[in-house]
Amino acid sequence: MKIRLELTVNEETREVLVAPHKTLLEVLREDLGLTGTKHGCELGECGTCTVLVDGAPVLSCLALPAELQGRAIATVEGMAGGGQLHPLQQAFAELGAAQCGYCTPGVLLTAQSLLSERPTPTREEIREALAGNLCRCTGYTKILDAVELASLRMAEVAR
Amino acid sequence: MTKDRFTIVGRPLPKIDAWGKVTGDTKYADDLVLPRMAYGKLLRSAHAHARITAIDTTRARALAGVYGVITGADLPRVKFGILPVSQDEEALCVDKVRMVGDAIAAVAAVDEETAERACELIDVTYEPLPSLMSMEDALAHPEVRIHEYGDGPNVHKNVSLQFGDVDAALAASHLVREDVFYFEGNTHLPMEQHAAVAQWAADGRLTLWSSTQTPHYVHRLLTKILDVPGAHVRVIATPVGGGFGGKLDPFAHEIAACQLSKLTGRPVKIALTREEVFYVHRGRHPVLMWIKTGFTNDGDITGCHLKTWLDGGAYGSYGVASTFYTGVINPVTYKIPVYKFEGARVFTNKPPCGPKRGHGTPQPRFALECQLDKAAEQLGLDPADMRRRIVADPFTKTANHLTVTTIGLGECIDKVVEASQWRAKRPAFAKGVVVGDRGLGERRRKGIGIACSAYMTGAGTAIYWNNMPHSGVVLRADRSGGVAILCGATDIGQGSDSILAYLPAEVLGIEPKDVHVHPADTSLTPVDLGSYSSRVTLMCGMAAIQAATRLRRAIAEAVAKKLEISVDRLAFRDRKVGDPDDWEKAVPFAQAVELGEAMHGVLAFPGAYAPPKRAGKYKGGGVGPSPCYSYSACVVELTVDEETAEIHLDDVWIAHDIGRALNPLLVEGQVEGSIYMGIGEALMEAQVFRHDLHKAPSLLDYKSPTTLETPPIHTILVETDDPEGPFGAKEAGQGPLLPVIPAIANAIYNAVGVRVDEIPITPDKVLKGLDLKRQGKSARIGPERIPLFKFKEPLVVESAFGQPLDAIAVRPFADAQS
Repeated sequence: MKIRLELTVNEETREVLVAPHKTLLEVLREDLGLTGTKHGCELGECGTCTVLVDGAPVLSCLALPAELQGRAIATVEGMAGGGQLHPLQQAFAELGAAQCGYCTPGVLLTAQSLLSERPTPTREEIREALAGNLCRCTGYTKILDAVELASLRMAEVAR
Repeated sequence: MTKDRFTIVGRPLPKIDAWGKVTGDTKYADDLVLPRMAYGKLLRSAHAHARITAIDTTRARALAGVYGVITGADLPRVKFGILPVSQDEEALCVDKVRMVGDAIAAVAAVDEETAERACELIDVTYEPLPSLMSMEDALAHPEVRIHEYGDGPNVHKNVSLQFGDVDAALAASHLVREDVFYFEGNTHLPMEQHAAVAQWAADGRLTLWSSTQTPHYVHRLLTKILDVPGAHVRVIATPVGGGFGGKLDPFAHEIAACQLSKLTGRPVKIALTREEVFYVHRGRHPVLMWIKTGFTNDGDITGCHLKTWLDGGAYGSYGVASTFYTGVINPVTYKIPVYKFEGARVFTNKPPCGPKRGHGTPQPRFALECQLDKAAEQLGLDPADMRRRIVADPFTKTANHLTVTTIGLGECIDKVVEASQWRAKRPAFAKGVVVGDRGLGERRRKGIGIACSAYMTGAGTAIYWNNMPHSGVVLRADRSGGVAILCGATDIGQGSDSILAYLPAEVLGIEPKDVHVHPADTSLTPVDLGSYSSRVTLMCGMAAIQAATRLRRAIAEAVAKKLEISVDRLAFRDRKVGDPDDWEKAVPFAQAVELGEAMHGVLAFPGAYAPPKRAGKYKGGGVGPSPCYSYSACVVELTVDEETAEIHLDDVWIAHDIGRALNPLLVEGQVEGSIYMGIGEALMEAQVFRHDLHKAPSLLDYKSPTTLETPPIHTILVETDDPEGPFGAKEAGQGPLLPVIPAIANAIYNAVGVRVDEIPITPDKVLKGLDLKRQGKSARIGPERIPLFKFKEPLVVESAFGQPLDAIAVRPFADAQS
């Protein structure tokens, strides 16, 4: 049996017909073609599949779309706007914060949520915020650097 | 373009694929979807060791939505393995399973769920055999045979090499230490689970897209395994979401996807679950080590004798190479005049081990560097000064006939000693500095430790013996001014695609963005052997420079004719070609290409690289040689809680001899990632088993460092401009992992006086040591015994220690490499 759902992803409302037990991760990747969201464990342990729901990080492998109708879902594909990369995307690219790139979408969205809550976090606060996102390539150093750089640039623009 | 006036080299440029990775555009293997694609699943063994007496797939075939089911009977009866000497694997086991997780059957269905349900409907009858889950068990039960080949019952490989008279050297030493160490196995844990999509098209040709680090070897092996002409097989390596050595073998899911596609007439995708990735493994070998080293009063090494026992798991994989690597790289770092190495790899009924970042060398490195620390203490020497004194000499040979070129280790040691304030901190911490924060001051003690290492920049020999290039490129200039480079190299996040853009751009005076990189497609790209042994930047880099130099010459000839000046007047920069003294007449690069094409026809040039032929002339001499070696020195500062034994890393300083940093940003990224991975191995990661099963096959149970456990890493790059490397570059991706592990162990000793000679160093082990210390006993935790095991009679070869390197090294394909 399938159910019809209306999901708002990256500010576009889309209709999908899916089995009710399909996770948000599966629906994003398989039904909406948004493969930017990756899977690392499908058990809620690694943070790779993080998306934002109403601005807060959510593990899409543990979320059921049926409960998310009318909520604002954001994926990495929605971060850049008007042909402009998000400052976080720009900083991650410039500083080499994405190596294999597989954890990057989840890290970017978690960081975006952090910066919307706390525009100028300390390095410790960035560490805390990203503690649920595993990365095996970078040793996190360049990721922390890139979040700091993006935060500085965003603060300058805001000023 | 002279060595001091690079325009691209040395700049911290973004990787060329960074933009795709930050936008989610990069397509990994599991992101591919083809029309009519079916989804596959493997049925895996729940037994660690058993005979298969019957397989019945009737019920699975009858399930609605199932397109096809295969077993080993549907594949050619041929065993395979990545090394020619270890052909012991079957994609789908026919008669016997040797580990939990061995694949037995595969299903293609309308979706993953249906495929999974169908797997549950396959009836397999097993006749269980005793499972051998440790080296001890495997050696104690020769009557239970995991394989019918090898160097003895359950012994895969037994090697023994001796360079010079070690016994005599040890007898004449002021101090001789004998120590035993154990390094637990651990796994790569790439964030991307392996995935493959196969399409056996109606014309009989097969395409496989796979998250593999070595499309060339997969191409070769598919030909054999599937009994299909290699000319009709195309392997494309998709961008790899983390490899670290875990995607270097041909795997059951790749082979099953191909066969299922042939059977069903549909593209088939198989993506592994996280649990499957833990069982597929091929990671760090558990290694037990005995090391005996002699020293003079001043701390010079007189000779060294090392024995290693590797728990190889159920299959050969790269294990023969791994066995050699536990012995052959240690002599590259320090002056070791005579050396003896004995090693054995034992089969057990666990997932096979193989190459993980540092392949076979972190374990003996841990042993040697901890032993050096113990010796320094006994000799009353500072461990940094002692290491500084015994650094190997550049441009010489080691006892085991490896040729070393540049060595920046002395400078690396000086830099980390200075940056970490080693000289002030070490004596202070040894007296017992307590930290006062969080009200736990009286029980939290600071410690600082040092260790060094060396690593190969690419294996000097290929996996299969041949005289062809190890890396090749084709470079084609377009009339638009763009340049396309085709190369079999596989970007696993380390940045090889970017290197393939930077180097031609440097030679041709254009921007990296002007270079279109086409990697890792066996139907288009010249062979590169794969992303392993830290070989890619050096080997594909040298090939790219050669091709770019040839293209530059062809273009220069045409431009010189047009400008009526001599070729050697011409410079290539800022997307122009011209005489620097008459630059306003310089020709735009696109126009220069047109002139070149008008003169020569299509401007497409090959480049090829093979390492200098320097293998030691003895059996086994092919493992260890490399064009050049990187060097690292590392200092770790940490805090240990004497009551809970919680270990908190405060800072890591690492100085790395990179030869030349082609892009310092990428080098730092490799160094930082290596340190991080070493920290995980040192303190928490363990691939361990209970009752035949993996104890922690999930990302929650298998502990790895998060942002909170990863300390600030201070990276210092040392440049030695190695004559063997592209513009002087050496490796960065593996070597820096090695020293952090013993540096942590040495720092813990400095903090609390407890020696944990066993990796990982978990709080329970440190607590045990603290207890022993309070009881006034020796505060050492680690293995007490070594196996009763007879190594082969050693192959005795004269030590080549200190000899100058051969004046003439044969460098195949070397013309035009500038």
